[in-house]
Formats: sequence, structure tokens, C-alpha cells
Amino acid sequence: MMFNKRVTRLVLVAAAAAAISGCASTGGNPKDPYEGFNRAMFSFNDTVDRVALKPAATAYRDALPGFVQTGIGNFFGNIGDVWTAVNNLLQGKVEDGMSDVARVALNSTFGLLGLIDVASDAGLPKHREDFGQTLGHWGGEAGPYVVLPFLGSSTVRDTFALPFDFYGDPWGYKDPVSVRNIGRGVRVIDKRAGALEAGDLVEEAALDKYEFVRDAYLQRRQNQIDDDGEKHVPDYDSESGVKPQEGAKPPASSAAQR
Amino acid sequence: MKTLNRLFAAFFIFAALCAGNAIAQEAPDALIKRISQDVLDSAKADRAIQAGNQKRIQKLVETKILPHVDFQRMTSLAAGRYWHDATPAQKQRLTKEFRDLLVHTYSGAIAQIKDQTLQFRPFRASPSATDVIVYSQVLQTRGREPIQLNYRLEKQAGGWKVYDINVLGAWLVQTYKGTFATEIGKGGIDGLIKTLADKNRALAATPIKKAR
Repeated sequence: MMFNKRVTRLVLVAAAAAAISGCASTGGNPKDPYEGFNRAMFSFNDTVDRVALKPAATAYRDALPGFVQTGIGNFFGNIGDVWTAVNNLLQGKVEDGMSDVARVALNSTFGLLGLIDVASDAGLPKHREDFGQTLGHWGGEAGPYVVLPFLGSSTVRDTFALPFDFYGDPWGYKDPVSVRNIGRGVRVIDKRAGALEAGDLVEEAALDKYEFVRDAYLQRRQNQIDDDGEKHVPDYDSESGVKPQEGAKPPASSAAQR
Repeated sequence: MKTLNRLFAAFFIFAALCAGNAIAQEAPDALIKRISQDVLDSAKADRAIQAGNQKRIQKLVETKILPHVDFQRMTSLAAGRYWHDATPAQKQRLTKEFRDLLVHTYSGAIAQIKDQTLQFRPFRASPSATDVIVYSQVLQTRGREPIQLNYRLEKQAGGWKVYDINVLGAWLVQTYKGTFATEIGKGGIDGLIKTLADKNRALAATPIKKAR
């Protein structure tokens, strides 16, 4: 416990020092007024990832049989579906929410405590909703881009939503604490393992990794709130960038105006 | 004899026109389905590609994908308002460097193909549309989440051409737009060209990461 506290303090100090040293530069993107701080946090996270998380996730991916990884991913996915269900219901998406409830029921029983995702095969697709998306759904503005220590890309809105997600995570109530913590660790590593290939591609594609991740993340986040809809298709013809379209309108009409 | 020759010639011209027409009229979703299935099958059947053989992958990309992508349009959109300030020579070099970067990234993605499958959302666009989106998903194993992969196409004289790709909810052109603006702000169009060229040289020197 003592050790834990000391490590936490050390990390906070390191993160704060990194943040202060990086405060000088800002690139002038209106969505990113804290760019100096964010860049410092980004490079801090990047270092943590390079020295600890990525190697752990790589070892995990290479050492464990595929079916074990599937089981682990499904198990935590099933637990996550509980909070997804709540958020779908909070967004008024009753059909999706009820489908999520049915998923948890099916997977927790026939799926052997969630290890097997029988619900997906039964035609109940997996959703992924958090409280930040619920706020966004009801018109909550994302606010500036924020890079959080360890957690990575976020926005001011989603940072406010974070405590709700934390308390809405059923695994957070798992006893004993030792099992809870091991589970949390495994969940993080499993998640990172799923993003290894994508991470490599980002390294290749990006001229400035920070900027690339930010600009992709902000779009992706909006897309999650829109539920992969067709609302925010970029309108490259006008210089404004993204044109919000009410309703699911295919982009055909924007071409016709040209 | 002459008449017969002429008849043959006429026949061939007619056949060629029909073929050309058929390609031009292939619906955008059918086109994307055909190309991506083709690429997926080729990658799965080719051990050299799975082993990360850069030349083989590059060839696959160049023969199967590049003819259907409008890089000039992609580059001009990513450069946004700065495009008009560029000289024709700069435009050409910028397009080439951006193309090389995207080809390399795409090659990296192809090298990772192993047991993925494709799924397409029903395509709906009016037949008269000239700017459409084809929605697809790459399904993965090991309980991994599907990768959203959408294509934006424009109808051109030579058929439908892809000019933007959406990966995991982010449009490529839109994502590069900010970076392009920053680089141009720092060193002008030539600065951006140089940054891209440096990046491409570095990428060419490192081997492609292979599928697991």
C-alpha cells in the first residue's frame, strides 16, 4: 500500500513536471487550446506505453492462445455491456438498451459468465456506450481536447463524465480487492493488445503523431456519439470543414450543388 | 476481304466500348466489394505478402487499388485553401509524396491481413448521385472489435474513384488536413513536401510489420 502511494506520487510529480515544461508551445488549433499541456502529457503517455504497456500487451498477444484472449476479451466485454445498457437507456435508445440487457443475460448464463459471446451469434450486436457519449447525445459540447495521464485522448466533457464511468463499472465492486486489481490490469493489457496493429499503422501514417491522433480521435469520438451515422460527413467544398447534416442524408446532394 | 476486316474492326470497337461502359457503370458499392474481396483473397493466398514482402504488397496495391483512387483530389482536399497557392510542379510533387505515404500505410495494413472477413452495410444512394459513401466493416477474430472502414467515392469520366477513406470513424483527408496546415504554416508547401519525402524515405528503410 505504502509502495503504491509512493509510486503514484512519483508519477504525478513526473507528469506535472512534464506538463509545465511543455506549456510554452501552442499550435493554434481552436479545439486544442491546451496544446502545450496536452503534448507533454501525450509524450508522457507515449513513454509509459513504450516501456511498459506495449511490451506487456505484445507478450500477452504472443504468449496466450487465441481462445484464451477471446475469453478474456469477452468476459470484460460482458461486464462492460452493463454500463453500455444503462447509457443506451439514458440516451433514450430503448431498443439498443434492451438488446444490451438481453446480451448480458444470455452471455452471463449460456455464455459461461461471459467467456463466450453467444449473444453476437444470436444476432444481438455489441454496442459501446459511455457516459460521455450520453452527454454528447443530449447536446453536451465536447469542449477542448484534453490528454489525460495514462488514459490518453479525451475532451473536457468526457473528462467530467469519467467518474460516472468509473462508478458504473461493475468490476469496480469486485471483491477481494486483489482480484479486482489484477482484473483491471488484465483488462487494460487485453485492450492494448487489440490495438497493437492499429498503433503500428499510426506510427507509419503520422507526420506528427500528436496531431494525427488528436485529429483522428476527435472525429472518431463524434462518430461514436452519432452511432456511426451519416451526420458529420466532411464537406470539403466549403472551407468550413465539417457540415452537420440533420437526419441521415446521403452526401449525394452536396455533390449536386457543385 | 476488306469488308470482313472492316466488320471485324467494327465488332472489336463495339466490344471495347461495351466493356468500357460496363466498367464505368459498375456501381460504387459493387466496385468496392470487388476490389476489397480481391485484395483480401490475394493477401490470404500469398505467403510472401503475409511474410511482409514489401515489393509484393506494393505490387498488389499498385495493380488492384491505385487505379481506383484519385490521389490528386485527395491531396488537394487535404491541402485545402493552400492548394490554390501551389505551383503545378509543387502540386505534382505533393501528390506524389502523399500518395507514397498512403501506399506505404496501406501496405502495412495489408501485411496484417490474416483471418479477417468483410461485411458491407446495405448501400443506399440515388442512382443519379455523383458523391457517395460505401460503408463496410472488417470483422476480426479473438473477440476484437470490428474495424469500421468506409469509402467515399466520386463519379468521374473514367468510373468511380475513391477520394477519402474512413478508418474507425475518422476520415483520412480530414485527419491530414490539420497536419498539412501546420506544416505549410511552418515551411510553406515546399516544407510540407520535404517533411513527407523525409517520412517516406524513413518508411522505405524500415521493413513492413508482418501479420501475427
